[in-house]
Amino acid sequence: MLRKYIDKIKPQFEEGGRFSKLHSTFDAFETFLYVPNTVTKSGSHIRDVIELKRTMSVVVIALLPALLFGMYNVGLQHFRAMGMADMSVMECFGFGFWKVLPIIVVSYVVGLGIEFAFAQMRGHEVNEGFLVSGMLIPMIMPVDAPLWMVAVSTAFAVIIGKEVFGGTGMNVFNPALLARAFMFFAYTPYISGEKIWIAGMNAGQTVDGYSGATPLTEIANSIAEKAPSLNISSSVCDWIVGTIPGCIGETSFIAIMIGAAILLFTGIASWRIMLSVFAGGYLMGLLFNAIGLNAYMDMPAYYHLLLGGFAFGAVFMATDPVTGSQTGTGKFIYGFLIGAFAVLIRVVNPGYPEGMMLSILFFNAMAPIIDHYVVEANIRRRNRRLKKATK
Amino acid sequence: MFSAKNMKLLTNPLGASNPITVQILGICSALAVTAKLQPAFVMALSVTVVTAFANLILSLLRKGIPSRIRIIVQLVVVAALVILVDQVLKAFVYDVSKQLSVFVGLIITNCIVMGRIEAFALGNKPWPAFLDGIGNGLGYGMILVILGFVRELLGAGTVWGYRVIPESFYAHGYSNNGLMLLPPMALICVGIIIWIHRSHNRNLCE
Repeated sequence: MLRKYIDKIKPQFEEGGRFSKLHSTFDAFETFLYVPNTVTKSGSHIRDVIELKRTMSVVVIALLPALLFGMYNVGLQHFRAMGMADMSVMECFGFGFWKVLPIIVVSYVVGLGIEFAFAQMRGHEVNEGFLVSGMLIPMIMPVDAPLWMVAVSTAFAVIIGKEVFGGTGMNVFNPALLARAFMFFAYTPYISGEKIWIAGMNAGQTVDGYSGATPLTEIANSIAEKAPSLNISSSVCDWIVGTIPGCIGETSFIAIMIGAAILLFTGIASWRIMLSVFAGGYLMGLLFNAIGLNAYMDMPAYYHLLLGGFAFGAVFMATDPVTGSQTGTGKFIYGFLIGAFAVLIRVVNPGYPEGMMLSILFFNAMAPIIDHYVVEANIRRRNRRLKKATK
Repeated sequence: MFSAKNMKLLTNPLGASNPITVQILGICSALAVTAKLQPAFVMALSVTVVTAFANLILSLLRKGIPSRIRIIVQLVVVAALVILVDQVLKAFVYDVSKQLSVFVGLIITNCIVMGRIEAFALGNKPWPAFLDGIGNGLGYGMILVILGFVRELLGAGTVWGYRVIPESFYAHGYSNNGLMLLPPMALICVGIIIWIHRSHNRNLCE
């Protein structure tokens, strides 16, 4: 039925039709709903039916477990902080759903609006790169983020992070992380500290004295107070399940791993990057264990992989095929350094309790250099082999 | 005296050959002093004065300077002017002078000043050289003032130190943009100005 409707209105968008100016907008929606049936007419091309739109949809599906759990957790944390521990799962989920939905809507409306506007202005096809970014942005925001700030951050990320470089596939930095970085530096009080991770806490709806700090903030605080051991109020089990305060989608290790399994099974994300990010973080943690100057450095290395946005960043952000390294060896180096630097920032710089965002953005910028040297090394090696063979 | 050709010297740097947006000179100070409008304005004025008089003096001296030592002579003249400007600022607007701190002294290394002397003053008569200096100073100053205005308005909610965004906005959840006060955002703002400039002036695009 939908197909028929689209076919019926299609002539109006083609050349000479009434809405021919909106051609690219129409095209975007049509190909989003159905795989285009245009066939290459000359030459022989081998093409997979999985193109960009289908790829993006799989990533969105992989994000769903973390998102759904995030919604539940928003409710859970809220009711816990209010002192109402006996709420059912559905009540928690319902509360979280209505808290998170507006952020998702704002992110998509603003981001897609700008993408469509640019596509119309520049007369090219609408790229669907924002499908994933638009879902990632709400998941790395605190639940109490004011909606207009989400809108401004999204607009900044799409315009400055993506459109000025030429749109989807040309961007240097991960747009979703750029939105978070903008928010982090522009509106710092709304995205860091102890009050913003639980819905309604800033407005004073919670029990007095309830701490809304994330485990990483608690650790940073214990270090700042020079406490002999780390005061963490949650357990490893909580971190794996994800019932801790934090950004909407980042808390649950299990949900993120389900997403990772989907991405790896469909072959969309690079296992090289994912694996090496975890390896880098773990080895850096071990290195700090060996140095052991304060309680934070002595913390078991695997804690780092479970806490904060480490897993989320490793699975969904570092593996972004556009901003990451392209070469096989480069991917190992790139991932390893991201993991190592994330832990380094966390432990050494008390100003940033969470290092994953800065680390990924930094190595987004470094990825082309890594690739360059990998390619150069390959050329040198093959040159040597050539010389040996011709001697 | 104000022939069409001379007027071009004055107006060209404001648009088609703007020192910041087209020649990409003097970026460092444009990022460093524009967090507030007032220092940006004073800085713009100082650079205009230095560029104009350095151009004038060196254009007068141009026939007498052996070309081998011309850079040293230029530096002496520019340094003398910068010291004068610095002293005047300290005497009359001490607060701003403190905010600008080292950047007044660093006018001496501002690429625009040396660039205009080398490119224009040493080959032209004093009056056109003077106009060229003023034009380039104003072209630089214009961008500084725009940056200072935008950054102070969005970053601190004030303009020239006066609060312009009413308290009721803050009560309704508006918040100042802290990133605007940091130099990276100034660079992005310069980029946006260049973007707007080039989309109006197509022949500047490479």
